[in-house]
Amino acid sequence: MNIHEYQAREILERFGLPVPKAGVASTPAEARAVAEKLGGRVVVKAQVHAGGRGKAGGVKLASSPEEAEQFAAAMLGTNLVTHQTGPQGVPVRKVMVAEATDIADELYLSIIVDGDLGVPVVIASTEGGMDIEEVADKTPEKLFRVAGDPLIGLSPYHARDIAAALGVPASAQRATAALISNLYRVFVENDCSLVEINPLVITRDGGVIALDAKINIEDDALFRHKDLAALYDPEQEDELERRARGSDLAYVKLDGGRVGCMVNGAGLAMATMDITKWAGANPANFLDIGGSAEQERIEEAFRIIVSDSDVEIILVNLFAGIARSDVVAQGIVNAARETGTSLPMVVAMRGTNAEEGRKILSESGLDITAALDLAGAAEVLRDKLAPAGHGKGGSR
Amino acid sequence: MSVLVGPETRLLVQGLGRDGSFQASRMREYGTNMVAAVHPNRDGQKFEDAVPYFSSVTEAVKETKANTGVIFVPAPFAADAIIEQVDAGLDLVVCISEGVPVQDMIKVNAYVKGSKSRLVGPNCPGLIHPASRAKVGIIPGSIVVPGRVGVVSRSGTLTYEAIAQLVQVGLGQSTCVGIGGDPIHGTTFTDVLALFQDDGETDAIVMIGEIGGVREQLAAEFIQRHVTKPVVAAIAGQTAPPGKRMGHAGAIITGKAGLASEKNRALAEAGVHVVESPAYIGARMKEVLG
Repeated sequence: MNIHEYQAREILERFGLPVPKAGVASTPAEARAVAEKLGGRVVVKAQVHAGGRGKAGGVKLASSPEEAEQFAAAMLGTNLVTHQTGPQGVPVRKVMVAEATDIADELYLSIIVDGDLGVPVVIASTEGGMDIEEVADKTPEKLFRVAGDPLIGLSPYHARDIAAALGVPASAQRATAALISNLYRVFVENDCSLVEINPLVITRDGGVIALDAKINIEDDALFRHKDLAALYDPEQEDELERRARGSDLAYVKLDGGRVGCMVNGAGLAMATMDITKWAGANPANFLDIGGSAEQERIEEAFRIIVSDSDVEIILVNLFAGIARSDVVAQGIVNAARETGTSLPMVVAMRGTNAEEGRKILSESGLDITAALDLAGAAEVLRDKLAPAGHGKGGSR
Repeated sequence: MSVLVGPETRLLVQGLGRDGSFQASRMREYGTNMVAAVHPNRDGQKFEDAVPYFSSVTEAVKETKANTGVIFVPAPFAADAIIEQVDAGLDLVVCISEGVPVQDMIKVNAYVKGSKSRLVGPNCPGLIHPASRAKVGIIPGSIVVPGRVGVVSRSGTLTYEAIAQLVQVGLGQSTCVGIGGDPIHGTTFTDVLALFQDDGETDAIVMIGEIGGVREQLAAEFIQRHVTKPVVAAIAGQTAPPGKRMGHAGAIITGKAGLASEKNRALAEAGVHVVESPAYIGARMKEVLG
């Protein structure tokens, strides 16, 4: 789960990390009030769950409270479009107003879990303020990685090593090491999947400060962080992804696809996307209905797929272990009737009660072509996608 | 000889809620020797009038000589259940539960490494040995057939798909092992490949990987050095966009190494028969075995 920068900043502050003085505002007048209180130059930052705000006009330096108010007025209530959002952008409901910092140097610091090592890893770089994937790609020698330990955590000497590797001035060495140790605590104690400070700033007066903060909390651990779970902002999510989350479906909208996929199991769902591509089309989504799929969830999954205007054909691939095929089939039929969709469907159904499931589908009168397995589904799909014929009832 | 599960398996099932009970029934139905059920507040009762309930794993092991445990408890309690089973001295601990917090697994994995137990999972379908009709987990017994192909996979239902493809071309399975889709898991591809290489019942191996991490590359290195049996591999997620989590927490591409193309390349260089489409796992194995 993503949280906003101002929320991440508060968490860092609580764990003793140096952060800029700041306040959050929902109206231009509030933004002005925060700027007046801070005094001097301030930065107005749109609060959205997406990177690339600066280039998109979501970060502005204001030299007076009046200007801060104007910038806030221009951002609030609009949708910010960055390279990480879709073309429709994400809504700006709040801005953070922070004191401006005199920057001497920009560094990079993050923590993620390295699945292969099985521990959290601190990643640091002298190339702050840049796209870190690009740094990793072009100048991997500029990335410094230190693994924590399940029992020890991050030893203080590790933090000192990282500070030294970042080449921070002597005046900031100790504060930087402390910041790194505290950031590690933030990561572990809040069940984060990512904490990222980009940039970590060395100030003109030789101090260190976390100028920006991005925190992702692991969804699976939210049950033990009720306070963090409350920070969920549904408005920042794609509407269909939000609905899927509400029904406990794993759904990811994919750009440029026209085949709506509905599958049980993440691996099989990815394999189904792969054969879709092989059949000559792009998948419109990843959708895993999960193991013990109940009928209501199947119906909601189907509704989500047909709500996606990119979808021209639906591919269902079910290999029922825990799930029951007849229940899934009935869910599909119910939802198809309810939505009145005329989209053609290709369905492969195997495992528990597959025969009953196939019978329900074939007797439904819906435009459904049965496929035997993954290879069969690919072939049927390829025929259906061929420009010559769109199959029976294929147009809408 | 079998891999991890077989005729000598004496199974303890922990967590007999709706799913756990359903799966325990399926395991017994298939022929698995289930000797103990662990669930709070059911002491003195019997599961299906046959298998005694216990509140504690240690107690259950003492009374029944169970050597293998399978866990169906809700994810928030899974770490505790794994530690309890390890402390009770079970040889094999299989965690089916999905959604175990990563921070829990970091600690648990470190704990298991210092013990004599082997952990498979979490978030996995478990294992099945068709020849002895021993099943620990949720792989449907109806789809497997005894034979000589070992299957190891990060996925659940895609494993079933691979098994069905093998059966369709007339190939049975020695042992099938689902290692789970989480980024931090117990037994790895490399561990299972080593077991299959030494397994007299296994002639060839199907390996099903996914995007994310570098486990498949580590497996490729291991295969190059230590595996003489033919390996057919498929990597799911070739069309997945970077940075998005595809259901499995482990299936997020971070950096180039996580790409399907990188994994395919490493495996092909190690002499593995890599199928470009996951629909042709069975057909390729048939070709390879002639």
